[in-house]
Order: sequence, then C-alpha cells, then structure tokens
Amino acid sequence: MNIVVCLKQTFDTEAKITLDSTGKIDTNGVNLVMNPYDEFAVEEALKLKEKFGGEVTLISMGGERVQESLRTALAMGCDQAVLVSDPAIDSPDEWVTAEILAKALSQIPYDILLAGRIAVDDGSSQVAIRLADELNIPSVSSILKLEIEGTKAMVTREIDGGTELIEVDLPVMLTAQKGLNVPRYPSMMGIMKAKKKEIKILTLSDLGLSEADIPKKMTIKKYSLPNPRKGGVKVQGEAGDACKELARLLREEAKVI
Amino acid sequence: MAKGIWIVIEQNKLEIRKVSLELLSQGRIIADQAGEPLVAVILGKGIGDLAAQAASYGADKVIIIDDDKLTDYTTGAYTSALNKLIRKEEPQAVLLGNTAVGKDLAPRLAQRLGVGMASDCTAMEYDTESFLTFKRPIYGGKAFAELVSNVRPIVATIRPNTFPLGAADASRQAEIVNETAEIDPADLRAIVKEIAIAASERPELIEANIIISGGRGMKGPENYYLLEECADVIGAAVGASRAAVDAGWIEQKFQVGQTGKTVSPTLYIACGISGAIQHLAGMGSSKVIVAINKDPEANIFNLADYGVVGDLFEIIPLLTEEFRKLS
Repeated sequence: MNIVVCLKQTFDTEAKITLDSTGKIDTNGVNLVMNPYDEFAVEEALKLKEKFGGEVTLISMGGERVQESLRTALAMGCDQAVLVSDPAIDSPDEWVTAEILAKALSQIPYDILLAGRIAVDDGSSQVAIRLADELNIPSVSSILKLEIEGTKAMVTREIDGGTELIEVDLPVMLTAQKGLNVPRYPSMMGIMKAKKKEIKILTLSDLGLSEADIPKKMTIKKYSLPNPRKGGVKVQGEAGDACKELARLLREEAKVI
Repeated sequence: MAKGIWIVIEQNKLEIRKVSLELLSQGRIIADQAGEPLVAVILGKGIGDLAAQAASYGADKVIIIDDDKLTDYTTGAYTSALNKLIRKEEPQAVLLGNTAVGKDLAPRLAQRLGVGMASDCTAMEYDTESFLTFKRPIYGGKAFAELVSNVRPIVATIRPNTFPLGAADASRQAEIVNETAEIDPADLRAIVKEIAIAASERPELIEANIIISGGRGMKGPENYYLLEECADVIGAAVGASRAAVDAGWIEQKFQVGQTGKTVSPTLYIACGISGAIQHLAGMGSSKVIVAINKDPEANIFNLADYGVVGDLFEIIPLLTEEFRKLS
C-alpha cells in the first residue's frame, strides 16, 4: 500500500506572535514544529504500513527549515519525503498550495493520502480537501477511526454532535482529528535511520510550473494583533454572597443570563 | 442583473441551523448595502417547508435542491450539485457556516470552482471595491488576517455566533425556485452508512450561547454532573479543557481549545481551568468570560471579565441556585 502524508511545519503553539516592520507575521526566532494534527496523520500512515506493507511518503511545501519537521516524521518511521521549496512561492494561498502539491503528487503513487484536519497556524483547513478535489479523489475530513476493506475504507468521522460512518472508495484523502490514535515518539534507532533517508527537494520548474501559472486567488490586506483582554472584576465575599453578586452582574451588567 | 449573495443553508432534522439563520440575518444587511438579492440555497430531501423560514429571516429567493442523493450530507454529492448551480447562476458570494459540514464542503467547492476561500471568519464587511472583506483569527486567535478575494464568486465560512440573529418576520415572502440536482457519478464514491448523534437536550457546543466548561480542577469524571446541572438551568452546553479530556474524564468531542472545538459564545464559564494559551485559542472570542478557580494567580483571571476565587465544588452549586432564582 502506498501512503502519502501531507505535512506542514507550523509555529510552536506556545509561540508569541508579533508583527515585523512590514506588518507581516514575524517568523524570526520562532520555534517551528510539525503541525500537531499532522502527527496523527503520520501515526495512522505508519499503522497502515505495519498492517499492509508498502511505503509512506511525506510531502510538504515551504522553506529549508521544513526539513527539520520532515526528519522528525522520517524518524517516526516514514520512508521518504518530497519538499517543494522555491523562493518564488511567496505566501501562497490555499488554492496555490493545492495546485502545486497536486502537481508534485502526479509523480508519486498513492492509495491513501493523509493530512491533519487543520494547521494550527493559519487554521484554514482547506489544502488537503482542495488537493483531493484537484486529484479527483474523494475526501473524508476529521476522521476518528479507519479500517481498510479491500478497495474501500470504512471511516468514522466527527460531525457536529456525533459521528458518522462512511464507506469510501480508494484512493482517498483523509484528514486526521485528535482521537484517531496516539502518535509515537521517534526512537533513537529511528532518528539514526532518518539521517540516511531521502528528502527530495523540488522547485516550481521541476514541476513544470511558473509563478505566472498560479496567481493567488486571495489577497491578505492586513495582519493585526488582538487587543489583549483585560482581567475584569474579581467578585469578593464569602461564597454565597459572591455567587449572588456574580449572578446579578451577569444579569444586570453583562446582560448575558 | 444582480447575481446575489448566496447563503448555503444547513438543516438538521428539517430545521434550519442557528448559524444559517445568523448568516441570513447578516446577509440581509449586506445585500441591502450592495443592492444584491439575498438567496438561500437548501439541499436535502423533503426540505421544501424550510423555504418559508429562510424567507422570514430575509431571503429574497430560496433555491431548493431536493434529491434522494442529498438526503444525508456527503462531500461529493453536495459539491457536485452546488458547483453546477453556481456556475450557472454566477453569484457574487457564497457563504456557509463554519460547521462540520461547512468546513468539509466549502474548500472542496472552492477548488471545484477554481476560487479562493476565507475560512472561519469572525467579521465581514461590504465595500464597492472588494465586495466583501473578511477578518479571521489565525495562530489560535493570537493574530488576525484581513483578506479579500481576487476572483468571483467569493467563498467563505463564518464562525457560529459571529453575527446576531435578526428578528424573523413571517409575513416576508420569497421567490421559491426548485432546481434539479446534477451530480456527477464520480462524486458518489462515498456512502454514509450510519450516523450516531448522542441524544442531548443541550445546545450544540459550537452554536451554544452559553458554555460552562470544566478543567483539571474538576478532579474526576464523577463531578461533571455539577456542570450539567448548572448548564440545564441556563440552557448552556458543557465543555472541557484538554487536561480533563486527556485524563479521560470527559469525551474528546467536548474539548474546547487548539486541539478541540473553537467556540464563540456570549458567555463562557471556565471552572477549574487555568487558562493555558491552547485553551484560549478555542474560546478567546467569547463575548463574556467568567472564571471560577481556587488559584487567584491562574492565568484565566487575566482575561476573565468576572472571576470568583474559590472552591468550585462549593461555588458551582451555589451559582446554579442563584441562576435558578433568576430564571
């Protein structure tokens, strides 16, 4: 079975966000990690490989530093990686990313594609599903359980208020939700082996693309930082009085009860 | 000929979901500013009766696509049907709620249409140049991006509880148009075998006006009844922090935060939650935050509008009682 995992490198979730002098998100000195949801995708891919054999290929897009996150996934047990990296790709939108990844995937065999259901940086939750459409394969998002039955997958996905069970033809794109599995840590041996595994770097021209082929559909006009919330009133007094006062404030002042 | 602002209506057991009504309410305001018709699009089976409700919330026109293949939501069939219709009618904008369905459908539809998309927006404004400018939280709410679409139609999902619900006016009439679903066989590669919705009288977490959430301070699964009792008095949903979920005290689906649900209620009551940055990512856009925590130094007090320092096992029952007196 050929499995491909779409991986994104993101800011550490603890990272403090600031804007640089041009008003963009400042990436200097920020700790970069594998998107936490992609860890579930990598783990599921490795479980499939253990059960059915085959190879797990990682695919990603971004700068040189993405290799660090790819090495982590290789150390977990993935076999090889493809990184599309080209300075001409400047803050791509989700459509651009999907177009580029689709092109890169045209050279890679796959039965199952996995990705995290959301990336914790831009939080747009679009690229994996767009990619499936571009590849003309079905997609199931936010999955909690996966069983392979011949040429079909039985997938449990999260919906609002519950779950649903979906039978879907392979090849398929699946996006991983927390609860799918518990990602493994790379072993010492895995880390050693990962050093010898290949990360193939592709540029746009390697993919037969140029910037002019993929003009952005969206324009970000401005980034801003939120006004920090300020701590408000600490309601004083012994418990009974404090609760009475809190209920009053919520009713009369905040008008939310 | 004005092409319209489309709201893709989500229905659940033949009732229009609250987020769709919020979008119709705000869509009405923008449609008036833009001089465009507001169009509600409803897909499903046996859904004709929903047209009147969509009209009462401001739709000028309701498009009904009633088909056996649309009985349950599937990514492929819904994408196929909407793509064909949008290509034919060429609306200016297509808006959906940022729900399980919206998050799954909108990106696929946008790709099929070859357009961009703004996800999980918390503000939307009309102007003549860009038509719509969206604002959306990024980095778990630690920053915002304002963005516009360079192409038409504009596709976006809007976070539930972003826009106030307008008043329904049953006397409003809309033009009702029945369209047939044109679905490519290639879009029927997934079948819904089973839907399991836990029976609950409480509101859905992402749409709830009030959420009462418990964290590590709840000390164990046996204590969540305290939150449930309080929730039922004020019509709230129950939530949880990651610490409580990872401890196995409450199901993952109740988790609020970076690796859980993103919510934006009018009132969020955090009980025994320290206020880690990852939790704030999921509830920082709440309008009013209340913190109940025995640690006066807990970070949650730095952003709560109202705080009570104390033992939640004492405070919550007392507060429930006070809420009961108000109701």
